Amino acid sequence: MLAIRPRLASRLAAWVALSPALAVLVVVYIGCTTWTIWISMTASRMLPSSNFVGLRQYEALFANERWTVSVSNLVIFGTMFMIASLALGFLLAVAIDQRVRAENLLRSIFLYPFSMSFVVTGLVWQWVLNPTFGIERIGKNLGFADFKFDWIVRQDMVIYCLVFAAVWHAAGLVMAIMLAGLRGIDEDIWKAARVDGLPTWRVYVSIVVPMMGASFATASVLMATSVVRLYDLSVAMTNGGPGIASEVPAKFVMDHLFERQNIGLATAAATSMLITVAAVVGPFLYWQSRRRAAAGAH
Amino acid sequence: MSAAMTQASSQAMSHAATDKRCDVSVKDVEISFGRHVVLEKLSLDIAQSEFIVLLGPSGCGKSTLLNAISGLLDVNAGQIWIGGRNVTWEEPKDRGIAMVFQSYALYPRMSVRENMSFGLRVAGMPANEIQKRVADAATMLKITELLDRKPSQLSGGQRQRVAIGRALVRDAGVYLFDEPLSNLDAQLRAELRVEIKRLHQRLRATMIYVTHDQIEALTLADRIAVMKDRVIQQLDTPQKIYREPVNRFVASFVGSPAMNFMPGRVERGATGATFSLGDLSIPIQGYPFKSPGLTGAAVLGIRPEHVLSGAEAGPNAFNAQVEMAEPMGADTLVWCRTPSGASFSVRVDSGPSIAPGDTLPVSFPVGTLSLFEEGPDGRRL
Amino acid sequence: MVAMVEPTGPRPRPLTPARIGLYAFLFISALFFLVPLYVMIVTSLKTMPEIRLGNLLALPSAPSIEAWVKAWSSACTGLTCNGISVGFFNSVKILVPSVIVSIAVGSLTGYALSFWRVPVAGILFGALMTVAFVPYQIFIYPLVRIFASAGISNSLPAIVIIHTIFGLPTMTLLFRNYFASLPIELFKAARVDGAGFFRIFWSVMLPMATPMLIVAVILQVTGIWNDFILGLVFAGRENLPMTVQLNNIVNSTQGERTYNVDMAATLLTALVPLVVYFASGRWFVRGIAAGAVKG
Repeated sequence: MLAIRPRLASRLAAWVALSPALAVLVVVYIGCTTWTIWISMTASRMLPSSNFVGLRQYEALFANERWTVSVSNLVIFGTMFMIASLALGFLLAVAIDQRVRAENLLRSIFLYPFSMSFVVTGLVWQWVLNPTFGIERIGKNLGFADFKFDWIVRQDMVIYCLVFAAVWHAAGLVMAIMLAGLRGIDEDIWKAARVDGLPTWRVYVSIVVPMMGASFATASVLMATSVVRLYDLSVAMTNGGPGIASEVPAKFVMDHLFERQNIGLATAAATSMLITVAAVVGPFLYWQSRRRAAAGAH
Repeated sequence: MSAAMTQASSQAMSHAATDKRCDVSVKDVEISFGRHVVLEKLSLDIAQSEFIVLLGPSGCGKSTLLNAISGLLDVNAGQIWIGGRNVTWEEPKDRGIAMVFQSYALYPRMSVRENMSFGLRVAGMPANEIQKRVADAATMLKITELLDRKPSQLSGGQRQRVAIGRALVRDAGVYLFDEPLSNLDAQLRAELRVEIKRLHQRLRATMIYVTHDQIEALTLADRIAVMKDRVIQQLDTPQKIYREPVNRFVASFVGSPAMNFMPGRVERGATGATFSLGDLSIPIQGYPFKSPGLTGAAVLGIRPEHVLSGAEAGPNAFNAQVEMAEPMGADTLVWCRTPSGASFSVRVDSGPSIAPGDTLPVSFPVGTLSLFEEGPDGRRL
Repeated sequence: MVAMVEPTGPRPRPLTPARIGLYAFLFISALFFLVPLYVMIVTSLKTMPEIRLGNLLALPSAPSIEAWVKAWSSACTGLTCNGISVGFFNSVKILVPSVIVSIAVGSLTGYALSFWRVPVAGILFGALMTVAFVPYQIFIYPLVRIFASAGISNSLPAIVIIHTIFGLPTMTLLFRNYFASLPIELFKAARVDGAGFFRIFWSVMLPMATPMLIVAVILQVTGIWNDFILGLVFAGRENLPMTVQLNNIVNSTQGERTYNVDMAATLLTALVPLVVYFASGRWFVRGIAAGAVKG
């Protein structure tokens, strides 16, 4: 885009306007990140110390069962949640795109959970999945005396409860993104496919889905970042329990910063999270900037 | 029935349409979206191997009509017949049609070859037959070297060639074109126009072509249906539409530069019928009035290229005041006024220079002028 | 083969199995999304004895708003029993200045980055885009220390600054993309008319950005209201937002849980974003679409 070189007064004004953002860039993005990474290489516990210990905090971190459980939980949660919310969101978008009645109502119903907080989401599902009064009781009341649905109190299953709640929260967002993508497809493509005699499912599989790369990428990145940030949901729904069965990395960091007073370990965990995000988001941003460059070249 | 179709379509494509019945009839078709009526009791008969152009401004219903013929749009009443079959309730793929779209509508993630063959593959046609058809169509359209490219690697003109190729492999008797050249620049448009005309001569298939460009209509069509406000105003050969427009709308929509219109009166005197423009009296003896003996207020229409000027003007000439000259290369468009002040334009050869302020002898020969009722939509008299 | 009816008029469209399946899928999905809200509402209107009967889905036999009153004014968070209203007013206190300041800073930054040639603009914008993805945990400890040494830790100003910092990427992106879509001639015309940097922003650009301002308000109101972690760390004991108080009410009760009060409190907390969501309709979707990082 063409921009005009401003005269001196206006240039000064531009700098003034950008000063908060620049301050945030220097102090928070660069300063705090560096500080955190630095602390993670010191022997800090309750207070920061400048005693450099290399990667010893990271060794301790990955020897820590709470952390390894958190990480494996995150992997399970992340995989299941991404697949489930993308699949459900996409199917909902496709279903709504079939010129159904009450489209607006359905869209509102699918998306409203996304407007609410993770705390609210966690507490609602905690109640619905409550083994004494929740779904399990409904099954028993229906006459299935042996009906069991106590995942939320079972160490091996509790993480799937988090997945359930998170999909409920986010599938509507995926649907909204996918629907926008579907509606962006040239109507003539659909007409051409009909003249070609392609069955609808075939059009979706062979033509539409390959055209929706951008929508899938956007939705995936948004989901992935919310996976890494996962904290409130675990705190509100299970508080990491039973035992440490639903601990997650963000919670590990927070607990070690503020309750367990182990700053060195906490910052090492936070740095590990940062590296993970960089590994996920980096390629996406690179791909996007290349795409933009390609679009600009045309 | 569908078995017959498959059999018919598996014949070689070079002599395709000629041995297949492919006339199209639209009978009393009505289409509305909710309460909004788009087409009302519209009928249109298109002969075998005819090239018909639906011409009109946007919103006139021409694309709606095309979509109804293709089956992409359901009719609310009436029937569509293609090749002697009532196809009103048929799916587009079963109607024996192929279609080309304005936005090309190529499948973006497939190569040109896959784009052209996808429909046939899904229909379960044998691979060697598909290959042959794709190769034939590609040769015909000179896109053989593009077959393995993706649509994003093609120019607009190439994309539209591929889209036409995708229609060709269907080996249909009826080809539908929905403003296929509107997204192209002027030069490519002219080039592809010729290409489409050549295809029609070669395939002898029925072609129905929607456009808002009157040049395309005049150059391509066997017959043109000029549409406005959801109604076919005139259905005729390009010559006839150009020479004898049925109303002022058709007269002004077809032809460029536009026809001149001058309001005046038809009078009958001793020397026969005249058209009076203020003090000026233009002889129109011999004009083929629809209702003989008519007199009264009317509008005279004449195309700039039909006005005779200078030495050609003949005995009936009057002197017009030149106001402005627009050189257009081969011709010059000269803007003049009659003695009574009516403005009109004349197309003259670019030879002698004509300057504002000159007087130019001109005449309106009765053989090429048109007379209309008063008012912007006046009918031909 | 149907009887020999001459096809004419609209094609008959029988209800196909595919169509029935489609509606069944949509209906079941709608139930999945609606049941939790329904359960929340009916539970909050029941009495504890009725809840103990275990009919999660049953309508309350005698609807009572007692639980709502209790949740609002006398539910206990830890030691104090003043209800969730405390949290509500804290959240309002945090929300109003945070929304105003974060949108003001974000729109100004977006404007400066879209029309003005500033040397670091590219780096700054790239950094903002990237940081939108980074987990908060990486910044939290240093920020706590910085606020402590500035003497504003655990205070309203601290949480407002925090929301401004973490709202900056989205807000900047939103406004930059919007301003970049405006014709640059508009900006040039204003320059020719002699308007300066802030004058153009205030008199020309901001009035044109009303749709984006609405979107930004929707995004920030729901985002800040729903925040948990930042309020927990930075707002201080006196200003804990509603989400944190809600979690304390529900998850740190001693003795028997009062589920009806819990659900009433949960609904009360969800009320503001729900009202914003249903009142704003398509604007909300537009907001998340614009906020979804797509340069």
